[in-house]
This record gives sequence, structure tokens and C-alpha cells, in this order.
Amino acid sequence: MAVIRTLGAGAWRVVELITTPVVPADYLDVIAPLRNAQVLRAKVEAVRPETANSVTLVLRPGRGWVRHEPGQYVRVGVDVDGVRLWRSYSITSPPWRSDGRITITVNAVPGGAVSTELVRNVKRGMILHLDVPTGEFLLDETRPEKALFVTAGSGITPVMGMLRSALHEMTDVVLVHSARTHEAVVFGSELRTLAAEGRIRLIERHTRASDSGRLKPADIAELVPDLFERQTWACGPNEMLDDLETHWADGGVAERLRTERFRPTLLTSGGGGTVTFSKSGTVVETDGTEPILDSGETAGVLMKSGCRMGICFSCVLPLREGAVRDLRDGTLTVAEPGDNIPIQPCVTAAAGPCTIEG
Amino acid sequence: MTTIQRKKTSPIAHLTPEDIEQIGIELDAIRDEVMASRGAKDAAYIRRVIAWQRGLELSSRGILLFSLFPPAWLVGTAGLSIAKILENMEIGHNIMHGQWDFLRDPKIHSTKWEWDNASPSDQWKHSHNELHHTYTNVIGRDNDLGYGIMRVDEDQKWIPLYLGQPLWNFVNACFFEYGIAAYDLELGKNLATKKRRQDPGFKARLKQTRRKIGKQVLKDYIVHPALSGPSFLHTIAANAVANLVRNLWTHSVIMCGHFPNGVETFEKTSIEGETRGEWYLRQMLGSANISGSKAMHLMTGNLSHQIEHHLFPDMPSNRYHQVAPKIKDLFQRYGLTYTTGPLPKQVASAWWKVIRLSFPNRGEAAIRRPIEKKAPATATRWRRAEAPATETVAP
Ligand SMILES: Cc1cc2nc3c(=O)[nH]c(=O)nc-3n(C[C@H](O)[C@H](O)[C@H](O)COP(=O)(O)OP(=O)(O)OC[C@H]3O[C@@H](n4cnc5c(N)ncnc54)[C@H](O)[C@@H]3O)c2cc1C
Repeated sequence: MAVIRTLGAGAWRVVELITTPVVPADYLDVIAPLRNAQVLRAKVEAVRPETANSVTLVLRPGRGWVRHEPGQYVRVGVDVDGVRLWRSYSITSPPWRSDGRITITVNAVPGGAVSTELVRNVKRGMILHLDVPTGEFLLDETRPEKALFVTAGSGITPVMGMLRSALHEMTDVVLVHSARTHEAVVFGSELRTLAAEGRIRLIERHTRASDSGRLKPADIAELVPDLFERQTWACGPNEMLDDLETHWADGGVAERLRTERFRPTLLTSGGGGTVTFSKSGTVVETDGTEPILDSGETAGVLMKSGCRMGICFSCVLPLREGAVRDLRDGTLTVAEPGDNIPIQPCVTAAAGPCTIEG
Repeated sequence: MTTIQRKKTSPIAHLTPEDIEQIGIELDAIRDEVMASRGAKDAAYIRRVIAWQRGLELSSRGILLFSLFPPAWLVGTAGLSIAKILENMEIGHNIMHGQWDFLRDPKIHSTKWEWDNASPSDQWKHSHNELHHTYTNVIGRDNDLGYGIMRVDEDQKWIPLYLGQPLWNFVNACFFEYGIAAYDLELGKNLATKKRRQDPGFKARLKQTRRKIGKQVLKDYIVHPALSGPSFLHTIAANAVANLVRNLWTHSVIMCGHFPNGVETFEKTSIEGETRGEWYLRQMLGSANISGSKAMHLMTGNLSHQIEHHLFPDMPSNRYHQVAPKIKDLFQRYGLTYTTGPLPKQVASAWWKVIRLSFPNRGEAAIRRPIEKKAPATATRWRRAEAPATETVAP
């Protein structure tokens, strides 16, 4: 065995020499993009419309995929007008699918770069980029006796993943879901079938149809009197989640509520912001006019620098989170947690709080 | 050639400081327009070139497995030469400039790309992007001018050793990739003293280069020949020729960029406190284009648009032809010379200069014009050579 492995490794090193300076995978990628364990990709096996504005993508992840936990999400990378953009999407399929496929369900946000691309332009057979699943919005190992899910809009997705994975292990499940209209409810018919079969209690709220407006904690308390006794998972717009968190905290049961947010806290408008250099741990307040390179250096961060005018790319560092603005043309670059977007600190200033790996 | 500061009639004497800043503003606008319109088409372009290059390289190497047969040798060697040129020029050089960083594809990114060349990309990026593109044609700062080993300017003092420089230049052309590796390592400077030789940074870079060269040599002269069995020696020859062709070609293209007649050089002191407009102007005057077909542009990695490249080094190379007419128009409106010509003419012009400067200065150039050390605004500084003495403020 060891001999074969040694021979194998030796043969591989020869193959690497054949293709140096690129790696053999760069050639193999052309014919078998899913075989590359170093670069995780997924093939779109099917595109299924859910509502007028949302689709479910059935994905076949390539080598390197790790089985997910219900409730987790995956970062998906797609080239939008040539530029690779990454966004997170909750996995809506159970982890045990025998064909190894996963599904995500995307709702097109008006003006949204990635969601629009995924909903309108992605076709069967296309290759997307993928990251391994992650996320802390999970069910407990011992399933709750009484569960409550509060969701709004596309916030149903991680909960759908949980229901499809573990509903058969739960006896008392209430789902309060808010959507604009009856038709806009993602997974509407599946949820209604579950309700009809008596497997969940489904409370739908249609904000457009009725005059009741957005879902408030008080409304839920009215509909679900024993809500504080329930383990609760909530996902939806930040305002709703903020309300819920306050309500549960006021009720003294904050630990019973778990929330999943789809959007980062809003950026401060205009330029400037706190720049955090993650490696050195330095934090600098900037006014948005000075390049990050200067701010960092002034604060004593050891930074690579070159031409200091944006042409030599010696100072490039990854933006891990937050927003920066290109001082030359005003281009805004925004990174979500987990992103790794190279920026040029010498011609870039903070446009809100941001974290730079440097 | 003489630095612009020492010239009797300066090509920019007619420009006011306001003109120069206006040039900067116009160029920024041209840049912004193109940069804002980069998209899927550009992405498809570079991916297509890479796919073609890899296909060509793979099939050429495949054909060379049978290089014992002369037709296979010829076709394979020609294909591999072209593949290597494409890899270095249109692909490697431009990716390492960050032209494709906007794609945010780690496979086509300046910080990740490694090229088929003796010099490791890290080191090349430093000496090329940082030094050459920042200090373009500044005597004493820009290593690309080869002042380290050659006399590239009348103002450089002549010594008899320079008589041999046409020969050095030819040898350098043949082994150009190693020449590049050597000056990326700044071998001349770093081998000079014991202290520099022992410097851990230098030693690390030396090791990195040795490893890179090792792999490159192993690939071209051991592994691929061995794979071709009975064609072993023929494949060695084929790969050596492909490397030679690539070296001669890239050397010629690069000479055409900054050496031909009409290209200006600059004094070290003239770039202190340079404004953006002045920087642009230096790039405009310090570069020369090569005219020709689409195939010529592709094979030169669009360095045939050297002027456009020096103005906008991080603009995707497939866009240079689009901005070229605007740049040309700008040159015309501001009364500047847009230096360009077909490859043979530019190569001849560059070689003529190398040969001419291998001899001592003759005639007017033999008399060195004095220049002051410091001066006020750059625009004035650049025109100092013809300004009356009373106008120069420098003590
Ligand atoms: C952990 C996690 C899981 C997620 N799971 C899903 C999922 O399963 N399904 C899904 O559709 N989305 C999900 N999202 C949201 C998704 O990642 C994107 O944020 C969303 O698709 C918008 O991206 P975009 O590129 O289209 O919009 P962008 O181009 O980034 O934004 C365009 C505009 O829309 C606004 N905007 C962004 N997001 C929203 C939103 N959700 N609602 C309203 N306006 C918005 C922005 O502020 C901006 O003004 C999840 C997000 C996170 C963090």
C-alpha cells in the first residue's frame, strides 16, 4: 500500500512538472470542473421556479463538499457581468439526499446583483462556485418538544431546510410566516400540505392583502400564546428580528430564541469609518479621504507598499468585511463576512466600518 | 538621446502647467470610462486566450513527442514558441499587472499567477510594476533602461567597456528570461558586497529563483524529452528553440517600448513631487508603440500599445486598441509626438541606439549641458534647458 502511495505521489510530481508553472488541475478543470478538490464548484442540475421572483437551484457539489447540518448556509460564487460575486444562501434540502444534490432557494431582490443573476440568468448545466457549508443557525441534537419558527419572505429558506430534515422527529411545530401575498409565499404549497396533514400548525400572514402590516411580536403572542415555552428559530428582515429579540429578552427567555440574519447591519452613509487590521489588531478611525495604506502606516501597521498610486499592486490586501471606496473613481466594494476581496490600500479609503487582513 | 531636461529644444516647451494638469484630467476621464465598462465580454476574452494558449501548448508538446520526424519537430516547435510567447505576453504580463483582478477570479489574479519564465512572478512584479512603471525612463531609477549594464543615454559617461554592449545586448536577448531574473534579483548590486550577499532577504529570493529555474529546466529539458522517448534529443532542441524564440521576441518588443527614436528620458531630480498630470506626461513621452495587425497586438501582449499601457497599466489589454485613437488625438491636440512604427523599423531604431551609444558622444552631444540640482514646479523644471538663467530659482 505504502509503496503504491509513494509511487502515486511520485507519478503525480512528474505530472506537476509537465504542467509547471500551472497545476495539472488547471488543465483538468476544462474537462472535469467538479473533480478539483482544491476549488469547490457545483453544477446546476435543475432550475425550478418557486414564485414569480424566486427559484430553487438543484446543485451537484464537486469534490471537496462537506455534508451540511440543517439550517446551515453555503456561499455561492457567480460571475455577474464578468465579476465573481459571492453571496450566502441557506440550504433547503435535507443532508441525506442519496444523489448528493443540494438545493438553495433564491429570492430576487430588486436591483440585487447576485440574486437577480441566479433567478433570471442561471441555467441548467452552468457551473457555480461554492464554499463548504457553515452557520450556527441549527436545531439541537435532541429535538425540541415544542418548536416555533417565525419567518418572513425569503427567511423561510433555512427553516425549510430544517423542516425537510427533521420534521419527522418533532411533534409540536408552529410556523408563523409572513409574506406579501398568498402567491408570494415561497414553498407555499408544500407548507400548506404539511399543515393539511396536521404535521405543522401554519399561520400565514399576507402583508399586502390585509391591512395588518408587518409582523409584530405582539401579534405572534396573540396567535401563539405559549410562545415563550417554545424553542424558537426566526429568520427575516433585520427590523423583525430586532423586535423579536427585544420581546424575548423582555420575557426573560432570550436563550430560547435563535435568529439568522440575511443582511449585514447597515453601513454608515458617506465616507470614512473604522478600519480594523485583523492581523495586527490595529483599529484606526478614518475620515474617508485618506488611503487605508496611509491610515495603517500612520497607526504603525507594517504594510507592504509600492508605487502608492494604484498601479503596482504591491500593497494589495484582502478586504474581509465592510465597505471601501476607490479614491480614484468612487467605486464601492463591499465584503460580507467570509469574503476575501483583494483591494489596493494605497488608493482605497474606508466607506464604513471595514476589516482588512493586514 | 539626451534626457529631456538637457535637450536644446524641449518637446514640451509649449505646454503650460495648466495644460499638463488638463492632460491628466482628460486621461483620467478616458480611463474611468473604460474601467467602468469592464464586464463579461472582457472576462470571456482573457479566458478564451488562456484556453487557446493551453490548447496550443498541450498539442504542440504532444506533437513534439514524435519530434524525431522533421515535420513534427517543425510544427511542434513553432506551436510551442507561439504558446510560450502568448503565455508570457498577453497572459502573464497582463495578469500580473492586475489588469484582470477586477474579475475577482483567484485563477486569473495578479497575486496568484505564476508564469512560464525564469523569474518568479513576485520578484518580477516588484521590479517591473513597482520600479519600471513608477520610474519610467528616469535615468538612474528605471532598471528597464538597462543602465546597470549598458549605456542608454548620452549623459551616461562613456567607458571603453561599452564598446561591447551590442554584443551584451544580443546575448541578453537570447537568454532574456535569465536576464530578467538577474535584474529582478538586482544581482549586480546584491553580489557586490559581502553584506548584501549575506542578506537573508536576498538569499531567500535567490533560493526562490533557483527553485523556479530548476522546475522550468526540469520541465523543458528532462521531463518532456524523457516522455518523448526516442525523440529525447529532438525534443530538447525543440524546447530550447522555443525558449530562444520567445526570448528574442519579448526582448525585441520590450526594446521597442522605450528605446526607439523619439522616446524621451528624464533626470532623477525631475520627478520629485511630480503631479498626476506630470506623471502621465512622462509616460506619454517615455513610451513608443508598434503598429501592425491584430495578430501583432496579440503576440506582443498588446505592448504594441505601449503608450496606452504605460498610461493605464491596469486596464485590460484588450481595451488598449479602443482608447488608442483618443490618446492619439490627445497627443495631437497638445502638440506632442505619438511615437509609433512597424516592428522592424522600431527594432532597428532601438538597435541603432544601442550601437551608437556604445561609442563616445560625437558632435553636439559631446558637450554636456549643465543643469541645476533643484528647481520649483515640475513644468518649469522640465523646460529648464531652454529657460533663461534668470528664471531658474535654484541656488
Ligand atoms: C446567512 C445568510 C443566508 C442567506 N440565505 C438566503 C436564501 O436562502 N435565499 C435568499 O434569497 N437570500 C439569502 N440570503 C441573502 C443573500 O445572501 C443576498 O444578500 C441576497 O440574495 C441579495 O444579494 P444581491 O447580490 O442580489 O443584492 P445586492 O446587490 O447585494 O444588494 C442590492 C440592494 O438590495 C438590498 N438588499 C440586499 N439584500 C436584501 C434583502 N434580503 N432584502 C431586501 N433588500 C436587500 C441591498 O441593501 C442593496 O440596496 C442569505 C444571507 C445570509 C447572510
